[in-house]
Formats: sequence, structure tokens, C-alpha cells
Amino acid sequence: MKAKVLLSLILLYGGLTAPVARADDAAPTASPAPASCELPAYLLTSESPLPKVAAAVKAGRPLEILVIGSRSTTIPSSENSSYPARMEAILKEKLPPSEEVHVSVEIQSKRTAEEAASTFVKLMEAKTPTLVIWQTGTVDAIRAIDPDEFRSAVTEGVAALQNAGADVVLMNLQYSPRTETMISAQPFLDNMRVVAQEHGIPLFDRFAIMRQWNDQGQFDLFSPSRGPELAKQVHDCLGRALARFVFDAARLEPAQQQN
Amino acid sequence: MTIADQVTGSTIAGAAEAKPAGTKPRAAAPAITLPAIGERELRLDLFRGLALWLIFIDHLPASLLTWFTIRNYGFSDATEIFIFISGYTAAFVYGRAMLESGVVIATARILRRVWQIYVAHVFLFTIFLAEISYVATRFENPLYTEEMGIMDFLKQPDVTIVQALLLRFRPVNMDVLPLYIVLMLALPLILWSMKWRPDVTLGLSVVLYAVTWEYDLYLSAYPNGFWAFNPFAWQLLFVFGAWCALGGARRMSRILSSRVTMWMAIAYLAASFYVTLTWYVPQLSQFTPKLIEQWMYPINKTDLDVLRFTHFLALAALTVRFLPRDWPGLKSPWLRPLILCGQHSLEIFCLGVFLAFAGHFILAEVSGGAAMHALISLSGVLIMWGVAWVISWYKRVADKSGAKTKNAVGNADLAGGG
Repeated sequence: MKAKVLLSLILLYGGLTAPVARADDAAPTASPAPASCELPAYLLTSESPLPKVAAAVKAGRPLEILVIGSRSTTIPSSENSSYPARMEAILKEKLPPSEEVHVSVEIQSKRTAEEAASTFVKLMEAKTPTLVIWQTGTVDAIRAIDPDEFRSAVTEGVAALQNAGADVVLMNLQYSPRTETMISAQPFLDNMRVVAQEHGIPLFDRFAIMRQWNDQGQFDLFSPSRGPELAKQVHDCLGRALARFVFDAARLEPAQQQN
Repeated sequence: MTIADQVTGSTIAGAAEAKPAGTKPRAAAPAITLPAIGERELRLDLFRGLALWLIFIDHLPASLLTWFTIRNYGFSDATEIFIFISGYTAAFVYGRAMLESGVVIATARILRRVWQIYVAHVFLFTIFLAEISYVATRFENPLYTEEMGIMDFLKQPDVTIVQALLLRFRPVNMDVLPLYIVLMLALPLILWSMKWRPDVTLGLSVVLYAVTWEYDLYLSAYPNGFWAFNPFAWQLLFVFGAWCALGGARRMSRILSSRVTMWMAIAYLAASFYVTLTWYVPQLSQFTPKLIEQWMYPINKTDLDVLRFTHFLALAALTVRFLPRDWPGLKSPWLRPLILCGQHSLEIFCLGVFLAFAGHFILAEVSGGAAMHALISLSGVLIMWGVAWVISWYKRVADKSGAKTKNAVGNADLAGGG
């Protein structure tokens, strides 16, 4: 009797764990979003569409995404954990397997929006992405560039990217509580919002998103830790949020959900 | 009630210039009027104290308390209140000095005040330098390597410190004092001109404001950029405050008490509240017409956007209407802490900036969390109150036992305003 119970327990246990184990095996590609990435819907949606992305996916053409960023686009010495790489992985999961997704990254280290924008024509000749995610503002905020100049630089940059035939998503600054007393982010956040509104392009509000995580205690962004762990987790969540944001803005249909 | 405008400006100005000190310009029927000596406007102290508390809370990282600060409910914020009241009190005190002791004496007193504010600013900068150096050496989170670029200026302390002394290098949250220094430096000129023709002076101030917007005047900053509060634009509030102090407020009393003004102010405040709401509830913004949005944004704080200025005017109009000068509540012990802080504004302002630094530091180094945050905000306000009390004790008791007290005219605290 006892043996029977034990046996059934073992069987039950095995039956329960088997799918879990399988999911674990597939973790690098199909992991469910960790609870800590949770965000209110309004931070992940945009009224502005991404028509070219939608068209490319519909036609089954490969989706070329270019992330133009700065040092906060990457994590020193762990490129594969940075948000562009995470976004690529999640997008591949979400889209049908036949859909090719390539994400390339262009780092414009220590360049203001104006300096970065001046390279866009050449950059867009070299690569012809469907979607450009332009992350900017930090260097301008650190150097306290005139917000009006910043706004016109972003406007010009967006125009150059659009003229080259790409959809554009703007991404603003990181929320950095430790340097809050030293960097005045607000004018730059405001101006990016204005440009996005004027051009009808989606704005990925990285600042509000990270602040949300910090306020809810999901991440301690004050942490002085020197290890890359926190950065990896934050970038993972950012990548997921960004993928969902792009997906939503382009009004894409999710692939037949496996789970 | 009305001012004695009939005397030609040139004679007064000429008389004042010819015999700067020792004259009794009052005899020449000045173009400005002042309230009786010793009559202290507690409402000014109250709202300046309030502004100081709000500035302190706004300088801390956002928290629950931040939702009580007025910038979340309309375009303008505590800075407007602060600069306006500073202009008002400065004109009130030094305007009297100018009438009674002449231009030279008044200018000398103003310059002494400017020096005090300057020293206070340099003191705060030193503390900031210590904080930023600490963060630079201790904080190496790989998530924020880019943001640490802000520390680059530490590589050239020689240049940075000289630029800070020239008021060209100003860290975040340290922009108000330099603005105040420049405005106070201009005060002798403003008062001298007000003595001649207050309305013309106010008109000139509006012209300068308009020219600033049209031709984009600004003061450059180090290492690049510009002053975060453009003095050429913000002078409008300061001069307007001075104009109100020197009789303008009384002349406007009919406008202020009219119902039309009241409803216009209420309508404007409601509209601006709605716009602010769309910043926090973005879903609402679809109900705002695109055209209005494009016309309205960006609302420029650097150059004191007209929307901000009008918002302040609307607030002030309602305050003056619903809070009479002799409101008994002004004497209540509950408002005493605010009034005390407002009466020693330079000291308390500096203290507030310092406490905000310190609060940041504690939040970052010891622990974060809402409870700690609330505790820091609360103790900050209590410390401000305590120090204000100690300062007034010094004035009342400690200083009195020494030599004969200064007369009321030279009381820098009333002009205060740091």
C-alpha cells in the first residue's frame, strides 16, 4: 500500500516536473517574462504606428532593426545581455519562425544628438533598416545643451532617418537616481516627447519605465554594486518591453502561441 | 490710494543724483508710495516660507510628498512665488532706504546683500563638490557608466572652480541663487527708475522680456549651454514684484477684486490643471486638440514662459482675493513655522538646498523606500523650522543684548529672499 502511494507520488512528481524541465531547456529562447518586468500598459503602447515594420512582416521580408545608441545601449563586457540583443531574441519568439529578424547596433559614444544626427545620411546609406530605434539625450543632458538646440537636432535626425525610408522609434534617457542631483533630465525628456508627437512617431519612455521599476522596488537602481548582474536584469526587462512596444506599435499579430 | 505721479521724473531723479545722501527726497513727493513702517506683510512671509518648503521637496527625488507641490497642478511652481516675493520685499526694504537715505546708501546696502548671497552660493557649491566627488569614487554600477560622464569636470578642478566663482558653472538645483544675485545687482537701477516712473519701469521690463524672447538673449554657462533661469526673462517677475510693493498692488486692487478677474483666474487655473493632468494620465491627451498642443509646447521654464507667468498671476490674484491681509489665521501657531522660515529666506533656502543634497545622500547610501523618504522630507522641514527659530532668537535676544540694534530700514532679513 505504502509503496503504491509512493510510486504514484513519484509518478505525479515526474509528470509535473517534466514539462517544467522542458521549458527550462528552452529558456534562452522561450522564457516567460519575469515578474519584475511588469509595467502598466500605457508605458508599452503607442498611438503612433510603424507602417513599414508592419508591411515588412506582412510581406514576409526580413525585419532589419538598427539601434542607434550610446554607452547605455550596452553593458560593458556582456554585449549579449544588452537590451538590443534581448529585444532581438524576444521578437524572434513573438514572430512566426519564418520571419527573419536582425538587430544591429550603432554606438555613438559621447555624442550629442546633433553630432549623432550628422552621421545619419551616411549611416542609412550603408544599412537600410526597416526600423531605427534612436536612443539619445543622455550626452546632451550631461553637457547641458540648450534644449531648443537639442529639439531641433532630434527633429533633423528623425527627418533624416524617415527620409531614408525607415520607421523611427525614439528612446529617451535612463532613469538614474544616483545622478539625479547632477543631471537635469527633464527638459530633454520633454523635448523628445514633443518631437515624437510632432512627427507622429512612437516614443519608448525608458526613463518612466525604469523609474516605475525603481519605485515599485523591482530594481534598486541606487545600488552601487560593481557587478554586471543588475545591469543584465534591467537590460533584459528593457529588451522585453521594447520588443512588446515595437510589436504593439506595428500592430503585429502574435505567432501561434506555443504556451 | 493713488500715487503722486504728477511730479516730473527728471527733477526727482536729478535731485537724488545731485544730493545722493542726506537728502529728504520725501519732501519732493516721490512717485512711489510705501506702506507705513513696521507693518509687516505676514502673507509674504507665509508664502515665501511655503515656497521654500516646496523647493526643498521638489529637490528631493520624487515621492508621495511631491504630489503636494504646486508644480503638479499647473504650469508655474515655487520658483515663481519665490522670485516674485523676493522682488516685492527687496523693493519694499531698499525702496524705503532709497527714499530715506538716498541712492548711494541704498545701493551700498543692496551690494552688501548681494555679497551675502554670493558667499552662500559658493558655500553650497563646496558641499555639492564634496557630494559629487564622493559619488564619483564610490559608485561604479555598470548600468550607469554613461551617466558617470557628469564627473568629467572633476578632471579639471582649476577651471571648474573658477567658472563656479564666476557663476558660469552651476550644478543642477543651484540655479536660483545666481539668478537672484543678478536680479539684486540690477535692483539699484530698478529702484532708481521706479522712483522716477514705476509704470515706465514695468513697461521697460516687459520690453526686455519680449526682446529676450524675440532675439533669444541669454547668459552662457560653463562648459556649454546657458543659464537654466534666464535673468533677462525672469526679471519680469522680480520687477513686477517690486512694482507691486511700491504701490502697484494698491492701484490694482479694483482689478483684483472684480468678479471677472476671479473667474478668469479660476478658468485659467482649471485649464492648466487639466493640461498638467495629461502629463500624468497620457490617455487624456487625446482629448486635447493637436493645434493647441503644438502652440502650447514646450512650456519653457528657462525663459519664464508666458503660460507660467500668467499661471502665477492667476494664483496670486486668487490668493490676494481670498486671503485678506488681516486674516486671523496668519497669527495662528500652526502657520508660525512657515512664516518663520519665510522671514529668514536666504538662510533657509541655502539650508533647503543642503538638506536636499543630504537627503539624497541618505536615500542612496543608507536606505531607500517610501518610509525613509517621508521621514527625510519631514525631518528636513522640521530642521528648516528649527533653524529659522534659532535665527530669529539670535535677532531677538542674542544680538539685542549687544550694541544698539540696527534700525528697521537696514534689516536685511526683511529684504531677504535668498
